[in-house]
Amino acid sequence: MELLYASCVGLLVACGVFLILRSRTFPVVLGLTMLSYAVNLFLFSSGRLSLNQAAVLGYSTDYADPLPQALVLTAIVIGFAMTAFVVILAIRGRADLGNDHVNGQVPDKDKKGKA
Amino acid sequence: MIQHLTSLPVLLPMLAGVILLMPPCGKNVAIRRIASVVLGLITSCVSIALLLQVQQHGTAVYAIGDWSAPFGIVLVADPLSTLLVSLTSILCTVCALYACAGDDEKGSFFHPLLHFLLLGVNGAFLTGDAFNLFVFFEVLLIASYSLLMHGGDKRNTRAALQYVIMNLVGSAIFLIALGVLYGVLGTLNMADMAQKVTFLEGDDVYLAKIGGLLLLVVFALKGALLPLHLWLPNTYATAMPVVAAMFAIMTKVGVYSMMRVYTLIFGDEAGELSHMAQSWLWWLALATIVMGAIGVLASQDLRKLVANLVIVSVGTLVALVAVQTVEASAAAIYYLVHSTMVTAALFILADLIGRQRGKVADRITVGRPVTQPILLGFGFVIAAVAAIGMPPLSGFIAKIWLLKATFNSEYGIVFWPLYLLASLALLVGISKAGSTVFWHHKGNTNDSHEQERVHPAQLAALIVLLSSAPLMAIFAGQASEYALNAATVLHDFRGTISAILEGGQ
Repeated sequence: MELLYASCVGLLVACGVFLILRSRTFPVVLGLTMLSYAVNLFLFSSGRLSLNQAAVLGYSTDYADPLPQALVLTAIVIGFAMTAFVVILAIRGRADLGNDHVNGQVPDKDKKGKA
Repeated sequence: MIQHLTSLPVLLPMLAGVILLMPPCGKNVAIRRIASVVLGLITSCVSIALLLQVQQHGTAVYAIGDWSAPFGIVLVADPLSTLLVSLTSILCTVCALYACAGDDEKGSFFHPLLHFLLLGVNGAFLTGDAFNLFVFFEVLLIASYSLLMHGGDKRNTRAALQYVIMNLVGSAIFLIALGVLYGVLGTLNMADMAQKVTFLEGDDVYLAKIGGLLLLVVFALKGALLPLHLWLPNTYATAMPVVAAMFAIMTKVGVYSMMRVYTLIFGDEAGELSHMAQSWLWWLALATIVMGAIGVLASQDLRKLVANLVIVSVGTLVALVAVQTVEASAAAIYYLVHSTMVTAALFILADLIGRQRGKVADRITVGRPVTQPILLGFGFVIAAVAAIGMPPLSGFIAKIWLLKATFNSEYGIVFWPLYLLASLALLVGISKAGSTVFWHHKGNTNDSHEQERVHPAQLAALIVLLSSAPLMAIFAGQASEYALNAATVLHDFRGTISAILEGGQ
C-alpha cells in the first residue's frame, strides 16, 4: 500500500511541476491544482497509513491519528480558495495583456510560427 | 481581560476588517476613512499595551480555546513578537492614513484588505504553532494579492500573476515540509518540536533535515533571499506605493520565521541537526546583499531603487540570523525595525515625488522640478541618510552594531568588506538618484495643469515614518537595551520551552 500511495503522490508532483513550468497560464493553473492534490495526499499520510482503525479518538484501542485529517481539511479549503483566485487572475491577465502567457508577452518563436 | 490581551492584536484587525465592510463604513467614504484610521490606532495602542505588559511580566502564552499546548494552538507574546506586532500595527495605521488622501478610492475594499493583511501578519508573528503559521501566511498572502491588484494596470496584472503563482508553489512546499516534520516529530507546536528534535535518531534525523531545509526554501521565498528574490523588484515597483510601503513588513515575516525556526527548533540544542541551515543562510545572504546593491545601482526609477533596498536589508538581516549569537540577533532586531520604517518612508516619498513631476513620474532622469522641493528634498535626505547608514540617524547605529556583532567571529573577515562596499554602492546609487531628481530639471514650473501638492494626511504619514529614524537614534540606549533583551529571550531555549509548554493560561 505504501508503495502505491507514494508513487501516486510522486506522479502527481511530477505532473504538477512539469505543468507549472509551462509558459501559458492554463497549464500552470492545472499544475498548481495537481501539486495541491499531491500535497493533500502527502499530508494525509503523515499520520501513517493504517487499515481498520477508528477514525477519531473513541473507545477503540486502535485509532488513526486525527490531526493530519484536520490539517488536510484546512489545506484543502485554503488550496481551493487560492485556486479560485488564480483562475480569476489568469482570466484578467488574458483580458489585460491580450495573451495567456505568464510573462505577459508572446515569445518571438511563437510569433514566427503564426506568421 | 488582561490574559486575553495577547489575542487582541489578532482579533481586533479581523473585527476591523468586518466593521469596515459593513454599513455605515461600507457606504460612506469619509466614515470609512475615519473608522479605518481609528481602528488602526486602537490596534496599535493594544499592541503597545501588550508590549509593555510583556516587558513587565515576561513572556505571555495564550492557549486558544483553553486547549493547552502542545495539543492546542498557542499564541506566544515574547519581547520580539510583540515588538514586531506593534511595528506592524503602527505601519498599518500610517498606511491607512496615507491612503485617505485618495489612493483608497482607486479600487474597492482598500481599508478592509489592509486590516486583513494586518491580521495575517500579526498572527504570523504571534503564533507558536507551525501549521497555524502556515494558515496566517495564507491569510496575509490572500490580502496581499488583492492589495497588489488595487488600482492596477497591465504591468500590475502581470506582476501579480507571477507573484501569486510563486507563492502558491511556496505554500505547497510549506505543506510538504510540515507533513515531513509532523511525520517525524509527531507534533507541530514549535516548542514541542524543539524538544523532540533532540531525541531523533537513525533515518528520522535525515527526514527532519529535509523538512527543515524545505522550510528554508519557503522562508527564503517569502523573505526574498537570493535565488528566490526575483519576484520582489517587479512586484513592489508595480504595486501602489502605499501598498508597497505596507509590504515593507512582509519580507520581514519570512526573516522572523527563520529566526524562530533556526534558533529555537534547529538551534544549539538540536543535537545532530543544530545549525543545519546556517551555512546556507550565510552565503545566500551575502549573495543577496551583492545582488541588491547591484540592483540599486542599476535602477531606472525610484520605486525600483527602494525595492532593491528591501533586498539589501533582507540580505543583511539573514546574514545576522545566520551568525546566531545573542548580539547578532539583537542587532538584527534593531536593524529590522529601522529598515522597515525607512523603506516604507522611501516608498511613500517616491510616490509623492512621482506625483509632482508630471509625465516623468519617479524615473531617475531629467524632468520637471517638483512643486515642493524643500519639503520633499528634506524628507528624501533624512530617509536616504538613514537608509545608507550615515551618521547621525538610526541607520548608522544599526550599521555600527551589526558590524560589531560580526567582528569577533570568523564571519567578520568576509562580512566587513562586503557590507561596507555594498553601503558604498547604496551611497552612490541613492545620491545619484536624489541629485538627478531634485537638481537636474528642465522646463518651467508653471505648466498648464496645476500640480498636485502634498495632502495633509500624506504629510502626517510621512512625518510619522521619518521621525522613527531620529527617534531611534536619540533613544538608542533604550532601543538597544530592548533589542538585547528580546534577543536574549529568543536564544533562551529552556525558558521559552518551559514558558510555552507549562505556562498556557
